[in-house]
Amino acid sequence: MGEGCATALPTNAWNWIAVWRRNYMAWKKVALASLLGNLADPLIYLFGLGFGLGIVVGRVDGTSYVAFLAGGMVATSAMTSATFETIYAAFARMHAQRTWEAILYTQLTLGDIVLGELAWAATKAFLAGTGITIVAGTLGYAAWPSILYALPVIALTGLAFASLAMVVTALAPSYDYFVFYQTLVVTPMLFLCGAVFPVAQLPEGFQQAAHFLPLAQAIDLIRPAMLGRPADSIGLHIGALSIYAVLPFFVSTALFRRRLMP
Amino acid sequence: MLAIDLTDVSKTYDDKVVVDRLSFRVAAGECFGLLGPNGAGKSTIARMILGMTSPDAGKITVLGVPVPARARLARRRIGVVPQFDNLDLEFTVRENLLVFGRYFGMSTREIEAVIPSLLEFARLESKAHARVSELSGGMKRRLTLARALINDPQLIVMDEPTTGLDPHARHLIWERLRSLLARGKTILLTTHFMEEAERLCDRLCVLERGRNIAEGRPHTLIDEQIGCQVIEIYGGNPHELDALIRPYAQRIEVSGETLFCYAPDPEQVRLQLRGRAGLRLLERPPNMEDVFLRLTGREMEK
Repeated sequence: MGEGCATALPTNAWNWIAVWRRNYMAWKKVALASLLGNLADPLIYLFGLGFGLGIVVGRVDGTSYVAFLAGGMVATSAMTSATFETIYAAFARMHAQRTWEAILYTQLTLGDIVLGELAWAATKAFLAGTGITIVAGTLGYAAWPSILYALPVIALTGLAFASLAMVVTALAPSYDYFVFYQTLVVTPMLFLCGAVFPVAQLPEGFQQAAHFLPLAQAIDLIRPAMLGRPADSIGLHIGALSIYAVLPFFVSTALFRRRLMP
Repeated sequence: MLAIDLTDVSKTYDDKVVVDRLSFRVAAGECFGLLGPNGAGKSTIARMILGMTSPDAGKITVLGVPVPARARLARRRIGVVPQFDNLDLEFTVRENLLVFGRYFGMSTREIEAVIPSLLEFARLESKAHARVSELSGGMKRRLTLARALINDPQLIVMDEPTTGLDPHARHLIWERLRSLLARGKTILLTTHFMEEAERLCDRLCVLERGRNIAEGRPHTLIDEQIGCQVIEIYGGNPHELDALIRPYAQRIEVSGETLFCYAPDPEQVRLQLRGRAGLRLLERPPNMEDVFLRLTGREMEK
């Protein structure tokens, strides 16, 4: 099916930008509220848990609990903002608002639309993650200038989680199904991947499994950068996140083709 | 030159034949109508012409390009007015046009250069900065039409363009469509409004269950299929009246309480019914609705 591939793939390297710009234009109208909402939640966790539990926990991995938590919260905020943008906002544009249908009547393909949506979700994840990084850095819980290495990882993390969530969006018949993805996939990752406590606290089997999860890959890169420590296996983590970003993209566009162009 | 060429196109969904060996051709500059009841396959055909759905069999060429193989190329020169509005509700009228132009790879400057003429065409000059959610149904349709013209298309595909509009809004859309035809655009429209088909279309194709059951110019079809005055008779017992006037009618149909008499000599029919109380007669020239109902059957499908 040559024509099938052609509609599922992006047409070129820049057509998706029109989709990104559409979402950016819509977001600009509500930018302040959106930014506050995206930042408030992880910051409340960071300082609530960091100072509250920090008293009980003491030092973790040779640093204060707040500083340990900061890297986890940055990665988590990238995960949740990319996920929510994709399963709720992109689903609405695909389904109820028929925005994608209108775009498909132009010279853009499904591949262009999905790529534009992923780039947009990754942008929002980048904004949220970077916001927390800056707050943590300003308050002295993260190390300058190695903190800057975290920024591209935040974007890649957003892209990977947007891509994974896009598969869920392609499969879900309605909003009701997203809660399964949230409670069975996204929330457990928070506890399995070392966001709030070191992975070493988990039973051996869980530790092994957790290594393969995308949030663990993100935290293994972001936390050392924020603490000003050298990170291990950088290439491996980046490679794993890239696979999480690329493979689901092809799966989701194939699923969308079946769903939207029967 | 042909704008659309469909040859022996079929499409089946889950064992249900939606389009059945359908062929038709639309010449450039023509307004061609696909007329049929709901479920006749009109929207599926429109989607196939746009490359949104692949036919199971047959060949489609649109603006000289094979579809769906190179549909993207064809769509660059097509404007689409879909059945359901899919405007961006959070954007203003102007922003909707701006965003849509970008999907065609136009620069902001290029789009801004054409927006005034599009707004004028859609009679929305005063609404440029209004949000779409504040517009009436007719205004939204006109904006959708303006949006479909942003890439200066040769062909405009419209799926039920006036469904759900009040008569005032509908007439304005019809008038706008005629001005597009005067500019040399080709229009393919699907409709179940007989009046719309008769007023706008140069030629049309009557569909039933995905099959082409008649094709031609509206007035030729009316002459061929009906060819005489129609008398609608209200009140009275339709079956009793049927027996009375049958010798003077070319054909008689009963729909509910109404009797439709196709009469080459209406005076004879009137004569037969003279003196019968409680009857109301309406004599009129035949129209597309008569053709459609003759072809597809006047009684509702059970």
